Amino acid sequence: MGLEAVLQKDGFLTTTIDAIVAWSRKSSVWPMPMGISCCAIEMIAAADPKYDIARFGSEVMRFSPRQSDLMIVAGTVTYKMAQVVRRIYDQMPEPKWVIAMGACTSSGGMYRSYSVVQGIDQFLPVDVYTAGCPPRPENLLNALMTIQDKIGKTKARDFQNRSLAELEHSQN
Amino acid sequence: MDRIQQIYNDEKLLKKLQEDQNLTIEDVLENEMVINMGPQHPATHGVLRLVLRLDGETVVGIVPELGYLHRGYEKMAENMSHIEFIPHTDRLDYTGTMCNNVGYVLAVEKLAGIEAPKRAQYIRMIVSELSRIAAHMVAIGTFAMDVGAVTMVMWTFREREKVNSIFDRIAGARFTTSYTRIGGVASDIDDQAFAEIKQFLAELEPALVEMDKLLLSNRIFIQRLEGIGILPKEDAIALGVTGPNLRASGVEYDVRRAKPYLFYNEIDFKIPTFSQGDCLARYFQRGDEVRESIKILYQCLDKIPQGEVIANNPKKVLSHKTEIYSKMEELIHDFMIINFGINPPIGDTYLSVENPKGELGFYIVSNGSGQPWKLKIHSPSFCNLQAVSQLCKGAMVSDVVAIIGSLDPVMGEADK
Amino acid sequence: MNTKELIVEKIKEKFGESVEEVSDFRDDLCITIKKDQIVNLGKYLKEDPDLQFIMCKDVTAIDWATRKKRFTTVYHIYSFKLNYALRLKSNIDDNPPTIETVSFVWQSANWYERETWDMYGIKFINHPDLRRMYMPEGFEYHPLRKDFPVLGIPGSLPLPFKAE
Ligand code: SF4
Repeated sequence: MGLEAVLQKDGFLTTTIDAIVAWSRKSSVWPMPMGISCCAIEMIAAADPKYDIARFGSEVMRFSPRQSDLMIVAGTVTYKMAQVVRRIYDQMPEPKWVIAMGACTSSGGMYRSYSVVQGIDQFLPVDVYTAGCPPRPENLLNALMTIQDKIGKTKARDFQNRSLAELEHSQN
Repeated sequence: MDRIQQIYNDEKLLKKLQEDQNLTIEDVLENEMVINMGPQHPATHGVLRLVLRLDGETVVGIVPELGYLHRGYEKMAENMSHIEFIPHTDRLDYTGTMCNNVGYVLAVEKLAGIEAPKRAQYIRMIVSELSRIAAHMVAIGTFAMDVGAVTMVMWTFREREKVNSIFDRIAGARFTTSYTRIGGVASDIDDQAFAEIKQFLAELEPALVEMDKLLLSNRIFIQRLEGIGILPKEDAIALGVTGPNLRASGVEYDVRRAKPYLFYNEIDFKIPTFSQGDCLARYFQRGDEVRESIKILYQCLDKIPQGEVIANNPKKVLSHKTEIYSKMEELIHDFMIINFGINPPIGDTYLSVENPKGELGFYIVSNGSGQPWKLKIHSPSFCNLQAVSQLCKGAMVSDVVAIIGSLDPVMGEADK
Repeated sequence: MNTKELIVEKIKEKFGESVEEVSDFRDDLCITIKKDQIVNLGKYLKEDPDLQFIMCKDVTAIDWATRKKRFTTVYHIYSFKLNYALRLKSNIDDNPPTIETVSFVWQSANWYERETWDMYGIKFINHPDLRRMYMPEGFEYHPLRKDFPVLGIPGSLPLPFKAE
């Protein structure tokens, strides 16, 4: 159901602020593609003509963390890289969400070795985990839709009453 | 606010602040500047980090920093059997996965003295050429995107998707295929897959012409690449550069011809070379290699014989699953191989294959047990990256992007 | 005279005493030489007009764990003229392990030796820039040594702080 269907009726609609804010937030999630290794290729594939992530309003892949609100961590995160991932996450403005794409980011995957972090949830809050090595692009789109559901349930004031210290911390 | 007040209260800091303000414009221009690029940068193809020293906009020095994707392959290989390592080879150069699979099993076969049946070898050739096309598609697309032609990446990924769906049919996975086995391949190719490959090749040729038209009629594209990042022949050899980058500098060296593996000696193909050695030559080189791959594929499809796809060598080679489930002896052998490995004789071998990025080599040391004592991966991207510091010296900042795009490193392989 | 015999003969003639072993397993020719002669041998192989091994493909090491000469460095070099890949080896017996660098003979050995230093802790004497290749600066161990566990040593690599 698009907006047009409603607009054609009587020329006005009644809703709550929360609903309209959440609706507009969820229909244009701008991802920050944190492509680290193999999964990044499938992430690009999700943006290509066959799978076309633009259908979900997320084709604007921003490589600048300041302009995005969803971080897709795609690939094996090593201890050396973990510092960078966390730093980029901290630079993203609130509100922000994280998809852990693939077995590696979720749990370390097949790399049980000295240099690989066994799951990025050790240092990042993760919203959706995606299974597969690599997850097929359909699976990534599914994760995106799950995130959209999650965003749809948020209220505008959820992100307002944070203390100044918290905000400052998240912006450094 | 408090901090500013603090600074004003502190005399030393205040003095320093005033000194800083005394800088004139000339001073600023004379200073050299150090800039960090990556590891999260769209043009570094993954997680390469470069530290640039700039004088104005000219690069004075450049230091690549690797290791952001170091996953410890070589250590893990020492703790698993030869068969278990096959899936890990997919993730080395994740744009051209089948070539890695083929290279690794060939190295183990050389060490253990196994030979795969002829049909299996032909299938390996077919999949590695398809994989090479897919890898070059990514290379060309992202390279063009780096210098500003964003349409290209859509077009090349459209072609790549076709290869992925062929692999989906052959191996059951889009690009992490793990398709080869020691002594053969996992499953035979059916007729529909052959038909799909033929159709793909028929569609690819006009698509390549279109791509060339789009890019080469674009003045910006040409001017950003021509004469940029010239790598002379002697330097390329001294720096250990291999693959398309070496051939674009005018050295006619291709492992498929120099030391033929599989049945490349039965196939008729050319080794394209260019003498300029600049970024544009490296772009042309990849396009020409795709055309050669198409030729090789047509010949393979004609010549492929009928027969088995896995060697009959029960002590060393896993049998087909249906036999394992129905025959006692096969079950025992399967159990032994999975648990204790294939126990190659004591010794060490090195085998290299021609990968889309260059020469991929595996050096395996065996002490007679089921796990390799040491497995060293000689990765082409690693060697190619070594040329970066020489190529970028004296170039502009925007050329750095073009040079890295033209060298086409894949960090999964360079960092291991 | 085929290529292999030519190479072996030439090396034996020049470095007779220092050649420790010549092996030929699965058609891979491998020459083991005394540690102090490796640079001379490299120079000779590169500059001899009949051989011209001008490309160094790989430098690595093997950790034998229990042997007295614990480490062996391995070099793979290639000659375009002969179209032949040769393997050189050299055993190291001192502790901590050291060997002369070949990066002045083959430029490409620079990074390979850095990698070997990072992974095995073999010090390459006179190397122009011996830093770690993969592991972060400040990491104390050498991962590919046999006494280093696959899962690493807990706490040796820090993780970023999690806010919540
Ligand atoms: S989950 Fe698999 S495909 Fe994805 S980054 Fe890890 S190894 Fe690569």
